[in-house]
Amino acid sequence: MNNSRSKYLSSSAPVLVFLVVATIWHFAVIAFKIPPIILPGPIAVANALWQEQLVLMNASWVTLQAAAVGLLCSAIFGSLIAVVFSQSSLLRIALYPYVIFLQTVPIVAIAPLLIIWSGNNFRTIVLVATIISIFPVIANVTSGLLSINENLRELFRMQSATRWQTLTKLRIPAAIPQLVLGLRVSSGLSVIGAIVAEFFVGNSGEYDGLGTIMTSRQANLKTAELIAALMACTCLGIILFGLVNLLSATVLRRWTRNSGFESDK
Amino acid sequence: MVPNYRKAELMGPTLLNPNKQLADSTRPIISCNGVQLAFGTGASSQTVLDHLNLAVQQGQIVSLLGPSGCGKSTLLRVIAGLIEADEGTVFVDEEKVASQMPRSLREKMSFVFQEPALLPWRTLWQNVILPSQLRGIQQQPKVRDLVEHLLGLVGFQKADWRKFPSQLSGGMKMRASIARAMSTQPTILLLDEPFAALDDMLRSKLNDLLLTIAAEQNCTMLFVTHNISEAIYLSDAIAVMSQGRIAERLEVPFSFPRQASLRSTPEFAAYYGQVAESLARGNS
Repeated sequence: MNNSRSKYLSSSAPVLVFLVVATIWHFAVIAFKIPPIILPGPIAVANALWQEQLVLMNASWVTLQAAAVGLLCSAIFGSLIAVVFSQSSLLRIALYPYVIFLQTVPIVAIAPLLIIWSGNNFRTIVLVATIISIFPVIANVTSGLLSINENLRELFRMQSATRWQTLTKLRIPAAIPQLVLGLRVSSGLSVIGAIVAEFFVGNSGEYDGLGTIMTSRQANLKTAELIAALMACTCLGIILFGLVNLLSATVLRRWTRNSGFESDK
Repeated sequence: MVPNYRKAELMGPTLLNPNKQLADSTRPIISCNGVQLAFGTGASSQTVLDHLNLAVQQGQIVSLLGPSGCGKSTLLRVIAGLIEADEGTVFVDEEKVASQMPRSLREKMSFVFQEPALLPWRTLWQNVILPSQLRGIQQQPKVRDLVEHLLGLVGFQKADWRKFPSQLSGGMKMRASIARAMSTQPTILLLDEPFAALDDMLRSKLNDLLLTIAAEQNCTMLFVTHNISEAIYLSDAIAVMSQGRIAERLEVPFSFPRQASLRSTPEFAAYYGQVAESLARGNS
């Protein structure tokens, strides 16, 4: 009884919040006579969403591809860098400050530079998405590879395991949960990276992602369409985050599976 | 309760290693001579092992008994070659133990940790066969037979083999850990308070299991515990440790096979008192 009630609540409560906010928004726009160019009402936005659905879906697909490829690159290269760091403390000490640079550099500052070097294309968008989303992967996987239970390390030493065996059979599998954790953070970042890069790519006609749509709608003062594109961006972030969560639930089943202990025989 | 047969009561040669010798009670298989070890340097240096001497004969089960912090677990790690002593020598099967010792020497020993230390991403079977896999012999039929046999011996059904550690209880994990340690047929099994976290009933069951395994596989065991009853029940001899030294060595007067009912006899209670006194003397 309680269970079904909480299930009902968890699915209906967010919808209710959305309806309340939309209603307040609607009446606020009317009451304060806000011009549509500043803030269109929810109905106008819904209308824009309906009108632009095809354009937005195509743009979302392009941006999703860029963000997903960027995230994949982060997962691959971030993990490889972390493996190198785990194997050599000298390299870790020498290179870690530059990895922190990736975390602290303002992406809006280097995106134009990357566009000059790499061009107004998909590759540049992926590059920006990768740069912005790689740090959580490196930091998490390095920590996962290095913080191995003392007994497990001793177990491998007792068997005269080689460095390679310890890496592939102990450190890497033990770091998988950390990789997934890093990817959860990176998934949102990669969408931000892709959209920011698209702002700079602009509406050159070569590339039509959500970011380019947004710059074009802003230039034409189409605020309702801009908000509709913003909503598509949010959906995109949620979709990618959801996909990573799905992946983590599948991959981590072995690490966190808890189907009840069996009693001792 | 099935009695625990050992050594002389062993029915024929061991199942999987017919060449393995039966107990030879004269040759020390582990010998520690003047082992000295301190942690830290300078004024903050703390002596953990203080010119310690210990000899364990082949086929014996010796318990290292003492309070927490007396150096029991450290001694076990020094013997395993996981920590190097500052001074003194450790010989295992007449070969000197060092952190860079030959693979063949390291492979003679197996370690059971205080926690089961199973890899959560591997199934029970994959965990138990891991040491053989690291040695590249996991495909050999005799290795697979051994692992199958050991899993049965420690009480697992075939249906359990594909389970992951998170699906096993504490006692099951520890049994898996013991099976893994035995899967390489070690000459010496080093156990570092393996049952400390388990309740008394389970601990008693696993004590019997350990005696059964010791008998079947005919291996020497060095068992760290702070439980007097467990030390008496399992061992041929008890080395009472105090402040990094062996304060006293007591030969346990009960013959094998041992049964759980032994623990409730007046002789056991009397001997328990004797060991407790020795422990108190060593730590006074």
